[in-house]
Amino acid sequence: MYKTKLQLGSLIFLMSVFLFSCNSPEQTNPEEEIDQEINEQITEDFNQAKQVFYSLPSPIETAMLMKRAGAKYDENLLNSITNIPNYSTTLSKALNLGIYSADLSFVSMFDQSQASIKYLSATKRLADDLGILNAVDQSYIKRMENNINSRDSLMEIISETFMNSNAFLKENKRPELAAIVLAGGWVEGLYIATQITKNTSENQELRDRIIDQRLSLTTLLALLDKYKNDENIKIISDDFKKIQKIYDNIDVNTSKIKAVVDEESNVTTLESTTSSTFSEDDFVVLSNLVSEIRNNYTK
Amino acid sequence: MKKYSIILVAILGLFFLSPQSAKAQCKTFAKTTCKSELLPYVHDGIYNATVLSEGETVELYKTFYSGQEYRIVVCGDESLPPVEFQILDGDRNVLFDNKDNDYSQIWDFKLGASQMLVVSIQVQTSEEMSDEIKSGCVAVLVGFMNVENKLE
Repeated sequence: MYKTKLQLGSLIFLMSVFLFSCNSPEQTNPEEEIDQEINEQITEDFNQAKQVFYSLPSPIETAMLMKRAGAKYDENLLNSITNIPNYSTTLSKALNLGIYSADLSFVSMFDQSQASIKYLSATKRLADDLGILNAVDQSYIKRMENNINSRDSLMEIISETFMNSNAFLKENKRPELAAIVLAGGWVEGLYIATQITKNTSENQELRDRIIDQRLSLTTLLALLDKYKNDENIKIISDDFKKIQKIYDNIDVNTSKIKAVVDEESNVTTLESTTSSTFSEDDFVVLSNLVSEIRNNYTK
Repeated sequence: MKKYSIILVAILGLFFLSPQSAKAQCKTFAKTTCKSELLPYVHDGIYNATVLSEGETVELYKTFYSGQEYRIVVCGDESLPPVEFQILDGDRNVLFDNKDNDYSQIWDFKLGASQMLVVSIQVQTSEEMSDEIKSGCVAVLVGFMNVENKLE
């Protein structure tokens, strides 16, 4: 009986310490504490009045778009997993978590089963290093090994691990790190697309997808701007603004959207047309700049 | 012994009702309740969920690509009043309003040209007279069709 009480007492004490320590990072006097609480509440209320999510194309979506556009698999374009020991800072780990996630999506989309396991293990290692708990645990690697011939299952596993990291960082007050991971994935997708297009310049669909990335870049810069006081974000924001400058040279005209519903399938088509001009010179400048930025992140 | 049990239950209750815990529950809510609504579309892996109260709004900005077929799922905790969502173009013209579709949680669409669209979400205010403002998780998930699975 005494032992049970002691165990219960200890549990209550430990939980109380944990519960209250979560909200009391520093010692303040009561008046300051009230002021601080009011300010935090006002800020929180303001944020809640209109919260904004900026959603970037995930690496899986980018890989799917590239495959549909007729891209060919080229292992040499991927970031070698032998580079992992080079990543010692939070910034390099987060960027390369995004980069390896993009590579993982790319290899899975092209049915490279052994490479999929290697790249999933690489994302696990960096996620673990960043303290992203259980984002990619051993069970995901096991599941991937067991479903190696099913692309749908692989995509489902990748989607889950991606959501786990994304959610963990957002819910543990590290949204700026989630933004850096997404930025790494985005630049890797653009890097692979521009490199493939260099060798297949006649592939207009792939070129159009590269032009489309100007839209995602606007969203990405808005997302990074939310955390502009973060030192790491500042570094990568400057890189992405350089890319935006090149995209600004594209002349794009898009017609007004008309929504048409197919009553049978219940799928709406947003009908509109677009035309754009992007000179060959600008394309080369863009490819080189993206390559320089990406290689700087992966070295 | 009974006294200790009551204290323990109270502390556990406080722990699970803390804001941090509420947000963590949104992840579970998004994964268990909303994600299945995406099927047969593949979830893009991006997590967007938050706690909203009656009358509050949230907006999601995302680029959608031509030729790709998408499903958007917006789902709210069952304790909340209906959740309205509208799809707006870059000039904020309304392209779809789920209020016209009995507050449907899903919308399937494809595009002729790639566009940045806004998903504008608002929790309606409850019609019941109550002193309590209801709040709960709202998640917005995006899926795309794996073209090789699509039956033409």
